[in-house]
Amino acid sequence: MEELKELYQQVILDHNKNPRNFGELPIYNHHAEGHNPLCGDQIEVFILVNEETGKIEDVKFKGAGCAISKASASIMTTLLKGKTIDEAKKLFDDFHKAVTSDPTTDKDVINLGKLAVFCGVREFPARVKCASLAWHTMLNALENHEVKKVSTEAL
Amino acid sequence: MSELDAKLQEIRSDFPLLNRLVYGKPLVYLDNAATTQKPKCVISAISDYYLNYNSNIHRGVHRLSQEATDEYEKSRKIIKEFINARKSEEIIFTRGTTEAINLVARSFVRPRLKEGDEIVISHMEHHSNIVPWQIICEETGARLRIIPINDSGELQFDELEKLLTEKVKFLSIVHVSNSLGTINPIDEIIKKAHSIGIPVLIDAAQSIQHFKIDVQKLDCDFLAFSGHKIYGPTGIGVLYGKESHLEAMPPYQGGGDMIKSVSFERTIYNDLPYKFEAGTPNIEGAIGLGKAIEYVKQIGFHFINTHEQNLLEYAHKVLSQIDGLKIIGMAKRKASVVSFVLDGVHPHDVGTMLDVEGVAVRTGHHCTEPIMKRYGLPATTRASFAFYNTIDEINVLTESVKKVIKMFS
Repeated sequence: MEELKELYQQVILDHNKNPRNFGELPIYNHHAEGHNPLCGDQIEVFILVNEETGKIEDVKFKGAGCAISKASASIMTTLLKGKTIDEAKKLFDDFHKAVTSDPTTDKDVINLGKLAVFCGVREFPARVKCASLAWHTMLNALENHEVKKVSTEAL
Repeated sequence: MSELDAKLQEIRSDFPLLNRLVYGKPLVYLDNAATTQKPKCVISAISDYYLNYNSNIHRGVHRLSQEATDEYEKSRKIIKEFINARKSEEIIFTRGTTEAINLVARSFVRPRLKEGDEIVISHMEHHSNIVPWQIICEETGARLRIIPINDSGELQFDELEKLLTEKVKFLSIVHVSNSLGTINPIDEIIKKAHSIGIPVLIDAAQSIQHFKIDVQKLDCDFLAFSGHKIYGPTGIGVLYGKESHLEAMPPYQGGGDMIKSVSFERTIYNDLPYKFEAGTPNIEGAIGLGKAIEYVKQIGFHFINTHEQNLLEYAHKVLSQIDGLKIIGMAKRKASVVSFVLDGVHPHDVGTMLDVEGVAVRTGHHCTEPIMKRYGLPATTRASFAFYNTIDEINVLTESVKKVIKMFS
């Protein structure tokens, strides 16, 4: 099944098995919790933004979820380091396009780089929420210095 | 071809949807606890209503209205006989099990509930048999008490006895657990509750399609079920209630059809069952449900019980031989529901991967979050069998599960 292979390509299986940046940051200034009540997925994202440079110095996540949600969180953390908050928000938009756009009509999705791995998700609309949870939680963490809980039900 | 295979082939030909392909593969529909497929006779009955005699019931003097009323009321009679109620007046059409439970919570239990009173349910209830009680407990200061379950997924009967005190005003319990498959000994529970005067509601959403239910023999005070889980349409369900209870209850909703006369000074409510059926009801739903029940009777509970128990036993046997697979819910008496988890693979990934093999199962918490918490799981994968399923389909499930494990290893 081609779509399935694309969804669960080696990159995703690998990140699921060996998630990068998994755990808590000892010091952080942005944090949020995310919850997908439909499947019970839970995630916490910790971000340390350097106040002087405005760049993301470190990021980690922890939680439990399916392969798609775990791999998505893991890949996200590898892409965020060194980015400014605006760049991180742009990355969120690109990710969103990757999982939702129709590749036959939307030309914007061509240069997704590492985010291209998420394109397989759009064949399975029921799984878009799984892939998105970490990203929405990250966005929430950046927008709020305070701890805040996001839920996919409100997205 | 064996006699069973021939019979199954005949039954399956009654369900056109079972012939479809999913991702180019034959559909293996194992999500019957969520909803069942519909036989042709149900689909035809609904289309016949719209093609030939669509009109409102209990209102017109014209021919069409009379025909629609007759068919709607005929369904009520079919249901009355099916569950052996004393009278047709004891059969109330609702939107489903959920609305039936809410109706009882609101109109029967709520008016007699005060602070300090208790309502008893079990740990294996569907959210629809938890939340309506929580709402009226919150309004009154009453308390919800929970009968615990053991690791196999059976009620702890000794704890139930301790919970049943004079503080308890109502007991509401599921007959068959939708996520574990456990069959609860409701006859014993009802006897125990009645011995100290506690009325009982049976949530039969997951049992009405599997077992013959006799409300007089059970002596339950209320019983609720949904049409779509017994091969009928969605949006229609049934509340059975003892006539004396229903007579004493205030209406659940106000509107047309539930009144005898209305003036701004005083409204006189209609007789049973119409007192609880405000507004134009789901006419085609009721007609379709009546047809579905006739179909089930024609298949017969003897065949249904025998075949479904065979499927369950076979599924238990072949699935439990898979390394890394654990079945959740191993009660001694079970309906044809198998919930399971795989080591290191999340149920959502299992569900998607089975889907592309054509296998439809449910993944998630099955609207029973307290059970998931009890077992320390976020979710399970659930296969649930109907009388149209086959051993071959369970083999497809088993092979597909093995593929999932291989991919994730």
